[in-house]
Amino acid sequence: MSLLSIQGLKVAFQTRRGSVDAVRGVSLEIDKGEILGIVGESGSGKSVTSYALMRLLDRNGSITGGALSYGGIDLNSVRESTMRDLRGREISMIFQNPRAALNPIRKVGHQIEDVLRRHSRATRSNAKAEAIKALEAVKIRDAEARYNAYPFELSGGMCQRVVIALALACDPKLLIADEPTTGLDITTQKAVMDLIAELIAERSMSAMVITHDLGLAAQYCDRIVVMKDGEVVEEGSAERLFTAPQHAYTRKLVDATPRAGAGIRALLPAEQRTPEPVLPVSDTPLLEVRDLVKTYQGKSGPVHAVKGISFSVMKGQSVGLVGESGCGKSTTSSILVRLADPTSGEILFDGEDLANTPAKNFARDPRRAKIQMVFQDATDSFNPRHTARHSIEEPLARLGGLSRRERKERVGELADLVGLPRTLLDRFPHQLSGGQKARVGIARAIALEPEFLILDEPTAALDVSIQAIVLNLLVDLRAKLGISYLFVSHDLHVVRLLCDYVIVMRDGEIVEEGPAAKVMQTPSHAYTQELLAAAPVPPALQEPASSAAE
Amino acid sequence: MAGRLSTIGVRITHAIPVILGVVVVSFLLTRALPGDPAVYFAGAAADEESIAEIRTALGLDKPLYEQFIIYAGDVATGDLGNSLSTGQPVLEDLANRLPASLELTLTALLLSCSIAIPLGVLAATRPGSAVDHLCRVLVTAGVSLPTFFTGVVLIYVFYYLLGIAPSPLGRLDFIYIEPDHVTGFYLIDAAIAGDWETWLGALKQLVLPAATLALFTLAPLARMTRAAMLSALSSDYIRTARAAGLTEDKVLFTYAFRNALLPVITTLGMVFSFTLGANVLVEKVFAWPGIGSYAVEALVVSDYAAVQGFVLAMALLFVALNLVIDLTYTLIDPRIGFETK
Amino acid sequence: MSDLASAPGTTKGTDSTFAHIVYVLRSNPVTLLAFAMFAVLLLTGILGPALVPYDPLQSNAARALQPPSFDHWFGTDNLGRDVLSRVVVATRLDLAISVAAVALSFVIGSVLGSIAGYWGGWLDAVLNRLFDTIMAFPLFVLAMGIVAALGNTVENIVYATAVINIPFYARLVRAEVNIRRDAGFAQAAKLAGNSDIQVLALHIFPNALPPMMVQVSLNLGWAILNAAGLSFIGLGVRPPTAEWGIMVAEGANFIVSGEWWLAIFPGLALMFAVFTFNLLGDGLRDIVDPRQRS
Repeated sequence: MSLLSIQGLKVAFQTRRGSVDAVRGVSLEIDKGEILGIVGESGSGKSVTSYALMRLLDRNGSITGGALSYGGIDLNSVRESTMRDLRGREISMIFQNPRAALNPIRKVGHQIEDVLRRHSRATRSNAKAEAIKALEAVKIRDAEARYNAYPFELSGGMCQRVVIALALACDPKLLIADEPTTGLDITTQKAVMDLIAELIAERSMSAMVITHDLGLAAQYCDRIVVMKDGEVVEEGSAERLFTAPQHAYTRKLVDATPRAGAGIRALLPAEQRTPEPVLPVSDTPLLEVRDLVKTYQGKSGPVHAVKGISFSVMKGQSVGLVGESGCGKSTTSSILVRLADPTSGEILFDGEDLANTPAKNFARDPRRAKIQMVFQDATDSFNPRHTARHSIEEPLARLGGLSRRERKERVGELADLVGLPRTLLDRFPHQLSGGQKARVGIARAIALEPEFLILDEPTAALDVSIQAIVLNLLVDLRAKLGISYLFVSHDLHVVRLLCDYVIVMRDGEIVEEGPAAKVMQTPSHAYTQELLAAAPVPPALQEPASSAAE
Repeated sequence: MAGRLSTIGVRITHAIPVILGVVVVSFLLTRALPGDPAVYFAGAAADEESIAEIRTALGLDKPLYEQFIIYAGDVATGDLGNSLSTGQPVLEDLANRLPASLELTLTALLLSCSIAIPLGVLAATRPGSAVDHLCRVLVTAGVSLPTFFTGVVLIYVFYYLLGIAPSPLGRLDFIYIEPDHVTGFYLIDAAIAGDWETWLGALKQLVLPAATLALFTLAPLARMTRAAMLSALSSDYIRTARAAGLTEDKVLFTYAFRNALLPVITTLGMVFSFTLGANVLVEKVFAWPGIGSYAVEALVVSDYAAVQGFVLAMALLFVALNLVIDLTYTLIDPRIGFETK
Repeated sequence: MSDLASAPGTTKGTDSTFAHIVYVLRSNPVTLLAFAMFAVLLLTGILGPALVPYDPLQSNAARALQPPSFDHWFGTDNLGRDVLSRVVVATRLDLAISVAAVALSFVIGSVLGSIAGYWGGWLDAVLNRLFDTIMAFPLFVLAMGIVAALGNTVENIVYATAVINIPFYARLVRAEVNIRRDAGFAQAAKLAGNSDIQVLALHIFPNALPPMMVQVSLNLGWAILNAAGLSFIGLGVRPPTAEWGIMVAEGANFIVSGEWWLAIFPGLALMFAVFTFNLLGDGLRDIVDPRQRS
């Protein structure tokens, strides 16, 4: 008999615009000792399913149908007090954004004690010792000192360990992990997932891992359920889903997941795969960075964000800049796009030093139009008071020297170029989807026909299927317009798809660089190897011969 | 803990420039009097000679910075000048009348906190319920109430119509004898003396003005408590606590309420500011012999030394209250030590 | 693709501001009520003196202290003046004081706050100290001190009210500007060729408007209370001028003997005005907030 069984679960939310069905008849089971992955894009109802199961839905949400059974207990009908006894003792949950998941003004040790005492796993006298044991179980070094720490004193990865310790303190039989590694660096992500997998195996628990990352689910889960629009579309072993997806949506999701051996066109559904364009790279450097240094004054002494890096970008080339948070890649890109000044060093653009014009005067520099950027967070990068048309038109109005009529014409052309329906141009940012905003952002960046475009994690906030489309759009644009790219990302697998050349940064220094294929296949630096190893590896997919050629 | 102590030290030193600023502003206010300040300080009946005398006495013939140093020195030694109307040193007058104001203000604050905070919490935990609606109505209506008008209405209803309140004149009806001065708070002094009749008499006088003030501060406090509690309850750590099966009491009080208290404490600073200002109006309405009505009387007869002394005293009192708020905040929020540079 | 699947016909141009105002008013009855009440206040302020049945300053000893009647809806005061006429005529003065004071503090506070929030540095530190000092006074008490020092006039009430309100706007704008200083859209605006001033004035500041509107409406109510409070204790507006605060002060002397109409009607008018402004806040915010457009 399965440990958990969900039959025909329906969940609805009451909103101002009426009732919205978030989950529409989901059925799934988890066996004892099994790890089930639930994979879906945003809005698929995967998280809501888990909250419904824990009976932790927001006040406006309610279970409108179906049965939830845990070890023979009907979770939907037991009293709230019974449910409280089950939570933490039988079923536990960990969340994304671990820092926010902990009470900011309570010592982490006390928060674990609260749970232990609540489920009678500890008494007043031995609570501290038990809490320290729980911290040690998640491999926190110096647990005794950490017991007295507040969440703000710990790193994100460390906070997630504390959340795991809290969830597992009372030896529950089922762990629900809701996007447990979203927002963590890739190496931390691997450490956290490995830890969870190890603890679950050790205690022969069951788990439900909710994630948007099919690759991650494939690596850690025994079985995967794919959800879309509140329904289960397919279920099976990771291997089976990757090699022989039955449902069109699963197929699309599998295709869109970046993986070893697949080219950029392979991310798209088979019928949309056009031949990859030929991208000539010149030998003449467009941008040469020499000994770039950025040091700024932090609260506790100087911070060396960038420690003297040098590299070049050739005309027509696409260079990837890879590293984890704090490695200096964002500082570098904002210096190159001339939003910040370097402490020292040269940035030669067509042989002339850009650093001669300070960032605050660069808006008036004739080269302003030639160097543009696509921002990471599409929502944040638009003035909420301006329509899409206004946003795309602004650089044309300030620097383009076009008449009003010409500008209108040009905005229309740009919309066509990035595949944005012209009817959407008069919408405000909040009325556009993530993918549409990404297109508007790209249209704005190429409006002035720049020679050099910095792409700052342009797909980080997007669902994989949208990411696949945007990446392919970027490749097409590069072929059509001959722009050079600097693609800044934390994800080597995405960088590989778009870039000819890769630079790996850590702690403000370049640790390795070289042609993309070489760095990916024979990484020479230990850190690059670690990065590559940390990325989840989905089972190889049988590619149709036509698109496997790269 | 050493970090916490040094944070407290830093907080206290932060008050020093503020106090300095207060002294500067009050100095500027004194010197900004239209025309010749000496004429004002000398009073209406002064002749040329006494004006000149006062000018020298005030140091008005000296350069401004020197005047400031003299003024600051005077303030530091407690010399705020003499009041025209009472003939007493202003400091003495203020010290005599301060307990009356404090008794009124603190009673009002206690009253409003003990209603507003539970009300806000209840409203936040039961959104859409009758308590929530009551809270919202009270909050919207409460901020629209001019204190002096509330006072007048309360007097009309409880004194004139119902006849259950004593006449709105001062702290104690003339039939009672003032309790021996210990703290200056009649309720406390009468209790110490064991004179319960006087205690009751003082309480009766206090109820209406304190209620007037409390009504005024109820709204911002209840609104902030409700908002802070709602935001705390919808935060991720509450979800974690619930997912771990903690009891509802633990979730509400140890987790949500303590976090919600932080913005409420911050609001208290603003509420103190309102209360001390409204205090002046309420004291006038109820002929309450505190420092507020002292200042109003002084204003009527253009007794500027008294008015400026009052402004300075209120500011210093408020700085002290804010310091207490800051320190309380520091004790609750462990993060604060790291935010101060 | 799914990201392009969209319902047509929901587009709105920038010229649809009027339609948006109508939409906000229709979608929220409280806002509609607030705007209606505001219209009543405004009309009373503009037309009041032309509409009143009696001269608000004309005393008539024969008709002193009469309770509300058909001739005198709000009764008469101790000098026989018509309370209704005085309450109506006072509207203009009270509104003018609060609007002028709030406008002054809005403009000065916005400029100072924007500069401090965008450039930071020593100017920010100096302004911060200055505002700390102003806020270190109980604000009504500081206003008392300022009016007492500058002189007992209506203009000085306006200045005093403006001074005590400036820190609120400056702090609010500073915070709103500061969190957006490095926002993506501010950086994008720089890449589009905007200078710092343009980024601040055209991109960042307009986005600080929605929270400021709430502050403006609260402050309007607060400024009226402040001005009325000052005249209640004998500062600023002087008798026999009709002003709500003074009228309550004068009427308070008669409340203990039961002549309630002298104080109650001007007090109610004052409450009505403050209540209107407080209700107005959310509606004003919705109107200037583009995210409310759908």
